[in-house]
Amino acid sequence: MDKFTKLTGIAAPMPLVNIDTDMIIPKQFLKTIKRSGLGVNLFDEMRYTLDGKEIPEFVLNQPAYRQAQIIVAGDNFGCGSSREHAPWALLDFGIRCVISTSFADIFYNNCFKNGILPIVMPQDVVDVLMEDAKKGANARQTVDLEAQTVTTSDGRVFPFDVDAHRKDCLINGLDDIGLTMVKAKSIDSFEQKAATLRPWA
Amino acid sequence: MTARTLYDKIWDDHMVDQAEDGTCLLYIDRHLVHEVTSPQAFEGLRMTGRKVRAPQKTIAVPDHNVPTTLDRANAATMTEDSRIQVEALDKNAKDFGINYYPVSDVRQGIVHIVGPEQGWTLPGMTVVCGDSHTATHGAFGALAHGIGTSEVEHVLATQTLIQRKAKNFKVEITGSLRPGVTAKDITLSVIGATGTAGGTGYVIEYCGQAIRELSMEGRMTVCNMAIEGGARAGLIAPDEKTYAYCMGRPHAPKGAAWEAAVTYWKTLFSDEGAHWDKVITLKGEDIAPVVTWGTSPEDVLPITGKVPSPSDFTGGKVDAVQRALDYMGLTPGQNLSDIKIDTVFIGSCTNGRIEDLRAAAAILKGKKKKDGIRAMVVPGSGLVRAQAEEEGLAQIFIDAGFEWRLAGCSMCLAMNPDQLAPGERCAATSNRNFEGRQGRGGRTHLLSPAMAAAAAITGHLTDVRDLM
Repeated sequence: MDKFTKLTGIAAPMPLVNIDTDMIIPKQFLKTIKRSGLGVNLFDEMRYTLDGKEIPEFVLNQPAYRQAQIIVAGDNFGCGSSREHAPWALLDFGIRCVISTSFADIFYNNCFKNGILPIVMPQDVVDVLMEDAKKGANARQTVDLEAQTVTTSDGRVFPFDVDAHRKDCLINGLDDIGLTMVKAKSIDSFEQKAATLRPWA
Repeated sequence: MTARTLYDKIWDDHMVDQAEDGTCLLYIDRHLVHEVTSPQAFEGLRMTGRKVRAPQKTIAVPDHNVPTTLDRANAATMTEDSRIQVEALDKNAKDFGINYYPVSDVRQGIVHIVGPEQGWTLPGMTVVCGDSHTATHGAFGALAHGIGTSEVEHVLATQTLIQRKAKNFKVEITGSLRPGVTAKDITLSVIGATGTAGGTGYVIEYCGQAIRELSMEGRMTVCNMAIEGGARAGLIAPDEKTYAYCMGRPHAPKGAAWEAAVTYWKTLFSDEGAHWDKVITLKGEDIAPVVTWGTSPEDVLPITGKVPSPSDFTGGKVDAVQRALDYMGLTPGQNLSDIKIDTVFIGSCTNGRIEDLRAAAAILKGKKKKDGIRAMVVPGSGLVRAQAEEEGLAQIFIDAGFEWRLAGCSMCLAMNPDQLAPGERCAATSNRNFEGRQGRGGRTHLLSPAMAAAAAITGHLTDVRDLM
């Protein structure tokens, strides 16, 4: 997993609420056995016509936002299925950070496993960041994970909260499985205890 | 000892390790696997030389991609990419020695129907699967939720999951349901009341008389859609109905082990005085047969209602509702019961169990679907299909003009050939009405199996109570 420390980049405004994982990556692209290559189909049905032409109004098709690395989104981003293809598609496109008032739990969790930072901010802050993002390519926002701040293009700074363990994993690019393997003895002893208490399980 | 919720109890009994910052390592009793969200996880194991830690607790079944037509044994019925995914699962199950129900096995079906049916899912367990509708298994009083593919790999390798504890949310349904009202109407009405983000950060426990009165099938329908309300998991405390459902299932305990299990299961309830972070109460009598009109499961109204206007809403929902009405081709003020449909889909992990088929068949018996309607029933498993044939339900569907299919996820998410065409309008017993969910441009109205059967007969969304 790529580390995430500090990012300065273009933020794309997506104010629609309840952007679901079917919108982020429609099911026909889940038939892959790889993690890579999904960026071209990110937001496929919002981004392309039925015959595969770009829809010019869609934010990521606009010249200012084609290189976006941040999305500022409406409430409840990532609701729906558990498909990790959603963060894979975002990452493959180049998105490293999504900011919203709320995220669906599973999507939120999946982001951290892939080096994407989801940031929850209150509505008034998301409103400010959304307006800032609407300024286009010259309005770069800075996300500093170590300092836990987002800075708008005109220098306004907003702090955010993040779970300490997840922050540590992102900053150091740590592999969860490796970390858990270190606790193999605890898992062994749990299994021995459970074999007596709940032998049917 | 402090009073605990059912969720607290299951959590405590599965805690392997707790870090100072509150991050926990939770032991996983059952890991269900399907072909879409697992190939990258198995590939990860191969690349790092890791094994599946507990193959005996890991159960795989292909369901999302598999065709449901009778000729599916012919590999040509699948697209190449679908076939590669199913073959990858065949190979991964064999290479890693996990329990497997291949497409050719009569026990094959939707993973969330197969798990309980085979007795893999039992009260008090932790159950995960790379699929958000894992919440279904909460009907047994098991802590069950969806995970991403990275977590699938983590569970395969370690049989644990890194978790932070969620908050406790009590959803109480008092009293009894009125005739024609089902578990599906309960779960959709709860989402209508809380919104699709209302459960975010919570585990829901459903309780109250109306929940106790539901069968296990109905309880699975309720918990299945907890995720549509934003909650990762929904729970219902086990009771005699739960034990009766589990008893004798192939992987349920037997003899003395069964007795010991029931003794433990009887401790699985929320204590008097336990702390709830959030509570809502609905009256069972107030719940009507409902349908969705928009593109979010929270866009739900009684069938007697009218299509709302964007001006009925506030905030970001105003634009979302306008977008939904444009997508759905609906006009504010239109009677929901005037909406004509093209297609009826009965099936999915929400409503593909035997009781769902019985409810639909009871409405369809001796009747025919309206001419021109495409109607299909996709049983949730091969065993549900066999039982429905034995009970004569299949013949009722066939006589009514429905296609009688083999088991799979089918048109719920349209990863197999069962899809809507652009603009095609479907009355569906599944769980998501998102844009494009059942096929690009397809229009989905979620409802109960009985309501779906009623719509098939009349050709428009219909109050099932008018046909009873």
